[in-house]
Amino acid sequence: MTKTRCTDQVILDLWHPLAALSEVAAGVVVDTVLLEERLSFAIDGEGNAAVWRDRADLAEGSPVDIAVISGKLPLKLAYGYIWTSLGNPPADLFPIPEFDEVDRRKLNAATFGVNVSAPRAIENFLDMGHFPYVHTDILGAEPHTEVKEYDVEISVDRDEILATRCRFFQPMASTASDGGADVDYIYRVPHPYCSVLYKSSPLDESRLDVIAVFLQPIDQEHVRAHMLLCVLDEDNEDKVIKRFQQTIFGQDKPILENQFPKRLPLDPRAETPIRADKSAIAYRRWLSQKGVTYGVIPAAT
Amino acid sequence: MITLYDYELSGNCYKLRLLMSMLGVDWKTVPVDFYPGREHKSDWFLRINPLGQLPVIDDDGLILRDAQAILVYLASKYDAAGTWYPRDNPALLGEVSQWLAFADGITATASAARLHDALFYDFDVEAARTGAHRLFRILDEHLWFGEQEGRDWICSASHPTIADIACFPYIMLSEEGGISRQDYPAIRRWCDRVKRIKGFTVMSGVFPAGPAKAA
Ligand SMILES: [Fe+2]
Repeated sequence: MTKTRCTDQVILDLWHPLAALSEVAAGVVVDTVLLEERLSFAIDGEGNAAVWRDRADLAEGSPVDIAVISGKLPLKLAYGYIWTSLGNPPADLFPIPEFDEVDRRKLNAATFGVNVSAPRAIENFLDMGHFPYVHTDILGAEPHTEVKEYDVEISVDRDEILATRCRFFQPMASTASDGGADVDYIYRVPHPYCSVLYKSSPLDESRLDVIAVFLQPIDQEHVRAHMLLCVLDEDNEDKVIKRFQQTIFGQDKPILENQFPKRLPLDPRAETPIRADKSAIAYRRWLSQKGVTYGVIPAAT
Repeated sequence: MITLYDYELSGNCYKLRLLMSMLGVDWKTVPVDFYPGREHKSDWFLRINPLGQLPVIDDDGLILRDAQAILVYLASKYDAAGTWYPRDNPALLGEVSQWLAFADGITATASAARLHDALFYDFDVEAARTGAHRLFRILDEHLWFGEQEGRDWICSASHPTIADIACFPYIMLSEEGGISRQDYPAIRRWCDRVKRIKGFTVMSGVFPAGPAKAA
């Protein structure tokens, strides 16, 4: 096995996203960084792809036939993204069954570079308390600032965190909204660096829009954040739906980049309960139980 | 009615939204998928602006590109008081033009660093950051001496001009390119004054002014 800069075996063994398939030109080498390792990847436009460690003879932008590449890393194409691993990944990635529903719009809202640790970004994604202050008049508005009681569990059989019964007043919950409404939320954290959020669809009260954030750790304090939208919207162009989500993320970005310390402290006493609410506490505990050390400040033992 | 070809996260587009909001002018937006779609390089957009750059406005058939040029146009046409672009004051106009050019320098440095960090543009980010700090130092000193003389704005007037609008966005967004404003206190105070101009509006990454300090 090649030596890696990251020594956290839990993180090494995970699947990690590299890019949205829709944004990769076929037949040429693309470079990226994962866990401080320089990688390259390519797709052929026919549903095949390959990921390998960066090599001098395959420079970024050069044409490549993926069939003849040696030393390939594990590969998975899922949810519109290319995924790889630097360790021994599980057979399956976490499920998002809604992705297979044909009437949903599936888009990469954007992939943004963010100066934040992956766990800090996940924790922010789980937090509803910031909606009125950071996403003012979109995902929240004063005086509707209270985060009402909700349930959090660490699902043992699924090995993921599940927050349910979340509810928040939102002036403009999505591009399909026509006004303020109480919006139901479900959060899943099925992967230390990925989270999937479900929220009421303004179009169909029996269904939920799905928004996922897949974080590609560049190093312990930088990520590429890939944002999957899997939503119900019959009217708006792709670019309008993407713009909405980019606006939201652009508001979070300075908050994420000003987190201190940059790595997420796992010690339950490290930060005040206001910052670390119920789902954040569960997330930190779950990372501790897994023994994650990359991107966090482990609890003293 | 003015049509603005716009990308939400663009500081150059924000300059125009900011001035139009302060002038109380209505406009409609045509979103351009600058990232990741690169729609500003698409055929239909290149027919509007062969340079393939945002922003562009269409005001009843008059198509204009370049944020600074559009600021000049909007202020000249829609500011009845004539303060944002003071056409009858040659000295002040000279100052405004000087700082509009300076704003282009901020775009070439601070904005470039942000594009590198957030959208993966292949720029020399260290050179961009060094260049931005050089400009910020010059502006901070200029604003500090202005404060000593009772001047609140970039140009020698008792009111803001389009020079303030042109410089503001990429200074406010500089931290997204790894450029801290910690060492520029006069810039930070000036940013706060800009945020208190009537009609001020935010963009993603820019927050409103905090509560006013008791006098
Ligand atoms: Fe947020």
